[in-house]
Amino acid sequence: MAKVFIYPATSLILSDLVARFGHTPLSAAQSIREHIQTAGLESPPLQISPEDPKKGLKYAAVEVPSGVRGRMSLYGPMIEDADAGIIIHDADLAFGCMGCARTNELIVFLLKKRNIPLLELSYPVNDEEGAEFVAAIRDFLTRLGGVK
Amino acid sequence: MTTPVRIAQLSCGPEYSGVQKEIDQAAKAVDAEIFYPDISLADIKRDFTKFGLDVRSPDLKLAIARAKALVDGRVEADAVFIATCFRCAEAAIVRNELRRFIHENSKLPVVSYSFTERTTAGTLLTRMEALTTIARRRALLARETQVGLTLGLDSGSSTTKAVVMRDNKIIGTGWLPTTDVLESATTVIQLALDMAGVTREKIEAVGTTGYGRFLVGEKIKADLIQEELTVNSKGAVFLADCQHGPSTVIDIGGMDNKAISVQDGIPGTFTMGGICAGASGRFLEMTAKRLGVDITELGPLALKGMSAQVAMNSYCIVFGTQSLVNALAAGSSKEDVAAAACHSVAEQVFEQQLQEVDIREPVIMVGGTSLIEGLVFAMGELLQTDIVVPPYSQYIGAVGAALLSSGFIKEK
Repeated sequence: MAKVFIYPATSLILSDLVARFGHTPLSAAQSIREHIQTAGLESPPLQISPEDPKKGLKYAAVEVPSGVRGRMSLYGPMIEDADAGIIIHDADLAFGCMGCARTNELIVFLLKKRNIPLLELSYPVNDEEGAEFVAAIRDFLTRLGGVK
Repeated sequence: MTTPVRIAQLSCGPEYSGVQKEIDQAAKAVDAEIFYPDISLADIKRDFTKFGLDVRSPDLKLAIARAKALVDGRVEADAVFIATCFRCAEAAIVRNELRRFIHENSKLPVVSYSFTERTTAGTLLTRMEALTTIARRRALLARETQVGLTLGLDSGSSTTKAVVMRDNKIIGTGWLPTTDVLESATTVIQLALDMAGVTREKIEAVGTTGYGRFLVGEKIKADLIQEELTVNSKGAVFLADCQHGPSTVIDIGGMDNKAISVQDGIPGTFTMGGICAGASGRFLEMTAKRLGVDITELGPLALKGMSAQVAMNSYCIVFGTQSLVNALAAGSSKEDVAAAACHSVAEQVFEQQLQEVDIREPVIMVGGTSLIEGLVFAMGELLQTDIVVPPYSQYIGAVGAALLSSGFIKEK
């Protein structure tokens, strides 16, 4: 069983696919859930406090906007923890949407830098491409091991 | 209990910067509520494409679509708050274009802000208060004439000012550097009353503004306690005699600067900056001190100098002072250094703030720094326009407070 970072990290479909093949998806839902369940912190809606962008300094320098650093405090540790990754380029907003383009560039770069198994796909635009898209993800996840 | 003012938030990043709570708190403190305009996925795609600014960040696309929904009237709001991360170029472009788009196509008051993780509710309070004042007190802000006998007090970060007005005329003034907030206020009020030849008991209504407005307002039982953005705008157009039509008010203060685009005496868009002291009145005070002249002599001195002779353009008051010291050590004249300091402050206000409001003539400079002729000259050169400095310009907040508070006389 592998820990698979998904991009867009907010994609429920991708997260579900990874879980179905017996792997652990590393996604926004997981990291945000951890934040929301932190006792004693009151910083709605995501329970991210001004301390979190400071934790993001590990991944981006102080001159990088606080929103990028705050996001990296969520995604950075997961990228470090990942055994593999799936990157979907130009995904439809409905498939999974990550708010900041600069953060997205950094996430994809850091994933590539890790030298872990990576699957990069373009978002499908018709049924035929859709079938190939799902098959490619299935094959990748199968090669990683886990449930078939 | 009044209905909360509904402020639509168009933003990218505050939740992830940990400052959304601060934004919500600032709004709540002025009896307003922040909400996100609710739109569908189809709306986002259609309206973002229609707007024509091809940004990459989905949160900015969402902000654009939400702005369209507000302007089209598909979502109702009383005011708009645009917030994006400080230092993000893409967001800065969107922030500026959305502010302009909303200002040109709706009557919604709008303020934009670039935050860091250090932004606090206190920093945002005056801006939120101004938004709610414009939304809630439009009738009061439309007041053009002062009636009866009223007192206005401006408790600023550097100076405290008081004005007594009777039947639309200023009859007493008081001015002091701010030390103890309450003591300074009490003293300037007495100075203004003495000059007017009236007693406190005769005053029919009182208004306070400025940083110490709440503390002083509660102490002296003011009828009106209101932030300086709307009050100064009112005072400026009253004294400059341009209450109708467009105007731009620039107030370079001791601690922060305000640039306000005004229509019929009511602010439409405004910026309030206070990050870099090199662009504040405080820098001019330091310059005067280093040159060994009184602050009142700095302006005439600057008019005799050539700013281009001295390199000085630092955002930071420490580095700005360093440039000043270096220039004097290299043999520059006091006149040239004074002119360079004025040009430096004007240039930074121009670069940092005036790009965020639509400059519409007449441009009115107010506050204590408007008495520094060199600064007014430098700003006029940068904006390529004749700057209006009305009489009593240093008392602008106090005049606005005295004028607006007269709206409370009938209620008594």
